[in-house]
Formats: sequence, C-alpha cells, structure tokens
Amino acid sequence: MIRFDNVDIRLNGFALQRISFNIPTGAYAVLMGRTGCGKTTVLEAACGLRPIAAGRVYLMDRDVTALPPGQRNLGLVPQDAALFSTMTVEEHLAFSLRIRKAAKKEIHRRVDELAGWLDIAHLLHRRPLGLSGGERQRVAFGRALAATPSVLCLDEPLSALDEQTHAGMMRLLKEIHGKTGVTVLHVTHNRHVSSQ
Amino acid sequence: MNERPGTTRAAAALAEAPAKTAPQPAGRTGAGHGVPTYRPDVPFLIALGLIALVYVALIAGMLASLVFYVELPVVGEVFTNPRYRYAVLLSLTSCSITAVLSVWVAVPTAYLLTRVEFPGKRLLDAVLDIPIVLPPLVIGLALLMLFQTAPGRFVQGYVRFTYAVPGVVLAQFMVACAFAIRTMTAAFAEINPRQEQVAMTLGCSRAQAFWWVVLPEAQRGMVPAATIAWARAMGEFGPVLVFAGTTAFRTEVMPTSIFLELQVGNLGVAAGISIVMVTLAMAVLLLMRMARGRISV
Repeated sequence: MIRFDNVDIRLNGFALQRISFNIPTGAYAVLMGRTGCGKTTVLEAACGLRPIAAGRVYLMDRDVTALPPGQRNLGLVPQDAALFSTMTVEEHLAFSLRIRKAAKKEIHRRVDELAGWLDIAHLLHRRPLGLSGGERQRVAFGRALAATPSVLCLDEPLSALDEQTHAGMMRLLKEIHGKTGVTVLHVTHNRHVSSQ
Repeated sequence: MNERPGTTRAAAALAEAPAKTAPQPAGRTGAGHGVPTYRPDVPFLIALGLIALVYVALIAGMLASLVFYVELPVVGEVFTNPRYRYAVLLSLTSCSITAVLSVWVAVPTAYLLTRVEFPGKRLLDAVLDIPIVLPPLVIGLALLMLFQTAPGRFVQGYVRFTYAVPGVVLAQFMVACAFAIRTMTAAFAEINPRQEQVAMTLGCSRAQAFWWVVLPEAQRGMVPAATIAWARAMGEFGPVLVFAGTTAFRTEVMPTSIFLELQVGNLGVAAGISIVMVTLAMAVLLLMRMARGRISV
C-alpha cells in the first residue's frame, strides 16, 4: 500500500500541493502526465529522496514520512537505470543484501534466483559498460528486487528502449508483479504503457 | 576584399571541391531561401591548427633550448652533488606528501560542494579560489604571519613549520589543494546523482552510499587531482621561499636551487636542474595517465 495524505512538495519556484492518493497493497498503479508536471517529484517523495513540506506518506500501513530512504523497504528503478559503473552485474544483485549483512549463502542463492528469472545469468561477471538498454534495465530491476521490497517505484524505466525490447520488458514487468505481488508505482508519460 | 559572399568565393570553392561535396549549386534554387553558400571546412581547421601550433611550438622551443643549453656532466652533477641530491629528494618527497594530502582534503570538500546544499556554500566556493588567485609570495607571507599568532605559536610548540620541512609541505599544499579541489569538483559533477540515491533506497545510509558507490566512481577523478596537485607542488616556489626559506640540506627544493644558481649567474647548473625537474614531472604525468587508463578500463 502506498498512501499520500495531503502532501505538499516545494522546490525552486515549483510547488505540488495537497496530493492525496491510495494505492492498495499488491496493486499496479500508473502515474501519468506530461513531461515536467512533477511525476518524478512525487515518486522521489515516496522514496524519501525529496523532503515534503506538509502531509504524511504511508507505505504498507507504516508512516514513513520521517524515515530515510533506506528504511522504507522499497526498490527504485530510474529512467537511466543508474547502474554502478565500478560493480559487476553480480555485485549489483547482491548490493542490498550485503548492506543488510545477509549470509553469503543466502546472497548467492538470491543472486542465482534473480539472474535466472531475469535472464541475466550470462552477464553476472560483466560491468554495465557495454550492456544493452534492455540488459541494463533487467539488472536495475534485479538490484531493486533483491531484498524483496514491499513497494517498487518505477521512473519511466522503459522510455529509452526500442520497440521490441519495450514489449519484452512490459511482459517482464507483468511477470514481476504477478510473481512477487509487490505494490508498484509506475511513472510514465506514455499513454500506451499506461493502457497496458 | 569586398567580394559578395555567395558569388566569387562560392564559385571558387565549387571549382576546387569535387561534385559530391557540393551537391547543390550555390545561390537560390527558387524554393524558400535556397541552399546556403558552401564553404569548405579545411581553411577553418587549418586556421585553428595554426593558432594551436604557435603555443605548441613555444613549448617545444622552450624544452629544446633547455636541452641544447645544458651539458650532460652538469645533469650528472645534480645527482652526485649532495646538496642538489637533497633538493631532488626533498622535492619528490614533499610533492608526494602534498599530493596525497590534497586528494584527502579535496574529496570530502568537493563532495560537499557538488552534492550538499548548506548555508554559506557560495562563500565557501569563493574562499576555495583564493589560493589560486593570490600571488604566491603573499601566500608565503600570510603563512609566516599565521604562525606568529598565538594558535600558530601553539602548533609550532609541537611541530615546527617555519623554516622547516613541514613548512615546505604546507606551503606547497596551500596552493596544490585548491587545484585538486577544482579537479575533484568536476569529477563529482560528472557522477550521476541517481546512483547515490538508488544506493540509499537499497538500504544505504548517506555515508554508506558515499563509501560503496560514490567513492569508487570518483576514483577516475582522484588520479588527475593527485597529478595536478603533484605538478603544482613541484613548481611551487614563492610560498616555499618565504615560509620555509632556502637553507641547504634543510628546506632547499629544486625550484629554490634553480633560483639560487641563477642569482650567482650559474646558468648551466640552473638549466641542468630544470632538465631533471622537467623529466621527473613528465615521468609522473605519464605514470598517472597510465594509472588513469587502468582505472577507467
């Protein structure tokens, strides 16, 4: 569940006021609007990356308004994937579990599971440089899902992909949602994506 | 020449260029405003090249004249004469310490400047440029005066800076660090802030995101920052002269030796030490470039 209660966000000469919505647990919600209208800002506020001036933010019935991003148990997939150029794909998938000091065996198991599922097992020892757009996004999804977050925030993750990859990623998104039951907030300006 | 553009010059250009580079005749085609006059790129590129060549020729000329002026035995003397050898060793040691210290200070300072909003940020940014614009002798004088104050004298009670080796390092550091900070600021600005934000959503605190994600990404900037700090420190003369003095076997670094030899009219030895300095600086530059290549692979 993602709930915004009368949230105000202010940034340099730009304000979003009294935003309220409620996305039930396990739902796949799409936030659509034209470029520059503040969609990403709302997503950043949900992630704790953008301070809010007023109101409350709830994730899974928990008031997270004052919590830092790392304490909100969510995953973020940005538009450009924002992969860590110095890490291998395997290190990306293991990252959130290492931060949580998970056992090595558990990390290996989860990395193998995600790599098989996202079809990136053959890329595990590669670094982001040279990966295709679709491969990069798969790694970003794996990195975000590794610690089994209850909420997944997607910031136009398909906008930079070609048509064929786009269709494949749409199928993958549906599969991720069906398999994990994670609550998704997907930001896009593309009507085609939202209708699917 | 008052020829009209699009007529004589264009015709000449067309005559020179093969048909495929100028598919359309110059002038109006009858539709809209027509095709603009074709101007070949080569004269423009040659003009740019000539301007750059003047500077490159000056650099090459300077280095060549040093090499031709100096006699080989004099270069050997730089390594056999204990006084010069001490200056070479002190220069190398102090520059290396300065480079490490500069990067150590530049990384957190540049990170704050690029990633954190805080009151007085613009003032801090301006203050950090002061060592770059301040005359070098003034930096030396200001350091000398700083260590005459009560806090300065207190520090000197534990570590002697004025007219001592730590003073050489401090004088070099004051200027070199400002350049390292500018280099690191550019490096941090190139790193996508989203990476750090994603790391924070994955469970990292800000400090963890810095250590695990930002710092490894910034490695590519640390090598150039260290190089520029090292090179600046190697050439630093004014602040070292005023703050640390020119005592042989104590605070004499290579630029000081050149200055002292010039003062007594010993041009040959001054050129010999200069050659050694240039060679060392180029070797370090080469090593750093190789290291940077390895890091970015």
